[in-house]
Amino acid sequence: MGVLSEFESKQFLALHGIAVSRDRLAHCADEAVTAAAEIGGSVAMKLCGPSLAHKSERGLVRLNLATPDAVRSAADDLLAAAVEGDGEVALLVSEMVVGHREFIAGVAHTEQFGAALMLGLGGVLAEAVGEAVFRLLPVSEGDCQDMIDDLGMAALMAPLRGEPAVDRGAVVDTLLSLAQAGEGDGVEAIDVNPLVVQEGMPVAVDALVVMADL
Amino acid sequence: MSRPPLDLLFNPRGIVVAGASTHPGKFGFVALHNVLAGGFEGAVFATNPDQPTILGVEAMASVQEVPQGAADLVFVCTPPHTCSEILRSAATRGIGAAFIASGGFRESGAEGAQAEEEVIDLARSLGMVVAGPNGQGLISNPAKLAAQIVAPIPPSGPIAVASQSGNLVSAFMNYAEHSGVGISRAVSAGNAAMVGVVDYLGWFASDPYTKAMAAYVEGVGDGRAFAEAIQRAAAAKPVVLVKGGATQRGAQAAASHTGALATDDRIFDGMVRQSGAVRTQTIEEAYDAVAAFATQPLPAGPRTLVLSSAGGWGVIAADAISKSNLELIPLPEDLRQAIDGLVPPRWSRSNPIDLAGGESRDTIPEAMDLVADHPEVDAVIYLGMGIQANTASHLRSGPYFETAELARICEYHERQDSRFAQAAADASARTGKPILAATELATTQSGNAGPATLAARGSYCFPSADRAVRALHHLWWYARWRKRTLG
Repeated sequence: MGVLSEFESKQFLALHGIAVSRDRLAHCADEAVTAAAEIGGSVAMKLCGPSLAHKSERGLVRLNLATPDAVRSAADDLLAAAVEGDGEVALLVSEMVVGHREFIAGVAHTEQFGAALMLGLGGVLAEAVGEAVFRLLPVSEGDCQDMIDDLGMAALMAPLRGEPAVDRGAVVDTLLSLAQAGEGDGVEAIDVNPLVVQEGMPVAVDALVVMADL
Repeated sequence: MSRPPLDLLFNPRGIVVAGASTHPGKFGFVALHNVLAGGFEGAVFATNPDQPTILGVEAMASVQEVPQGAADLVFVCTPPHTCSEILRSAATRGIGAAFIASGGFRESGAEGAQAEEEVIDLARSLGMVVAGPNGQGLISNPAKLAAQIVAPIPPSGPIAVASQSGNLVSAFMNYAEHSGVGISRAVSAGNAAMVGVVDYLGWFASDPYTKAMAAYVEGVGDGRAFAEAIQRAAAAKPVVLVKGGATQRGAQAAASHTGALATDDRIFDGMVRQSGAVRTQTIEEAYDAVAAFATQPLPAGPRTLVLSSAGGWGVIAADAISKSNLELIPLPEDLRQAIDGLVPPRWSRSNPIDLAGGESRDTIPEAMDLVADHPEVDAVIYLGMGIQANTASHLRSGPYFETAELARICEYHERQDSRFAQAAADASARTGKPILAATELATTQSGNAGPATLAARGSYCFPSADRAVRALHHLWWYARWRKRTLG
């Protein structure tokens, strides 16, 4: 079993048509500053590597970096925070995706029922909150519509705190694409968390793809 | 073997109670008693080597003596070691089905499991279908068949039940007996060695006497096959499912959040919903739902209106709707104007419609028609029925019934509640929209004219506003699944 880095995971998802944050990999502070300039605006930065699944728990995420100095200092901090067990690491510089609403979506394989697709309330509290619904693969468009409804979050789909309503069709498309990605050869599990709703559209801000054999 | 095997269980030409007993404490007595008490119209045979007659039935020494072709079903009450001989004899008499009620099989350990395997292997080689073992029996009301070792014999009706627990079959039947919305077929699957809950659901799906089905399951076995069977049944008729033994075990040692969240119960929940089954948490909620499915049309949409003769119930209903998939629509302006013409201005003038006691003789039936006919209304919750009949009951048992000559007013009150129930049932039949009536008097006051009139119409009166809303939630969930999945 092998784990793709966040950067590779999101590239894999993008290949399947899922909207992901704009990302650049950097290996030193200078590269990070260049990457931030290419992306434009404020950026997020994370330490990135195949063994780094739980970045926020270890404080390896920096948000809203608005100036080259802020980017440089964050890059130095993060690289210094890497420990031996992390293996080969890099800096992932990403656009800031802004939205109040965070979903979690994913695919997991179960012993009794095979592969299943999930949609839930996302963010760092996703597992603790435990609001999540599943459907077995393969799924239909109707199944994805039902998943949104069964989550029981009509209020979360509507316009919220100055943000437009969630584009329901885009969420359905994301789920269908995720299901398709999950059916790929050797894919063991996929997490997209958070799937942030920005201007009504879902964007994968962090992701993890687990492969059976690498 | 031209008939589907389960036809032999539910519509046998005749039944043999193997191991009938004269001892009223034995299964072999109760089973024969129930078959006779149920008024089964086919031939009834009983075996007991030591007794000449039991409950007026001439007992035979063995199943061998049953006339060729006179029976299709043998109901077995004798211990495991006797079952093979009974099946062999039954097969020679043209009997194609057995219900083994006896315990002592897989549920009792390794030896029992071996006995079960042998009996099932033998049945397969004989071409027989075996229900159970370790099951409490079955009800087949269209055949007036009550082949079971438990109570009650429920009224005939549109609901079919299959369960891995026999006592939960009884629970459904007890609700049916109380509410009057009855049972077509009910079966306790027992150890389900050959025939499982989903096999029964498959048979119910094409049973003309069944409009909706309820099932209780614990273990599922082959998950995918279970899901496919559920979907075939749910595509034909509503299926309401209760699952016992929900655990929170994660699917796999979780390398991912998704894996950690993929508990057995969440996956099961998703699977049954994907297959179109409505899942409930309790038997009570399941009975409410299946009774609603069996007696109400499906809503075309979620737009719900609450019609209430007084305040608090409507507020409770509105709260329940806010936690459901239903939509508490703003009261349409033309409806507001129309109701303004019926009652004094103190009514709520919004949804929930609270008439605030301003009704006169014909207000409820008129308001019922107005709301049911409105094109922006998909479903109605009707609250407050039974109040007048309750008053009548109080007056009737009070000290002044004779002296104050209260009979006429009591009859008026009771007639009114009966009319209101009729109005709800008529408006639903005319518009094809669900109208769910609810009052606690359905359970607290036996015979109240409101619920009693609904029951006489074959309709179900919900015991509370929130339970009616929950059932309507399930109706809309299933209607939407049908649209999305079946087109």
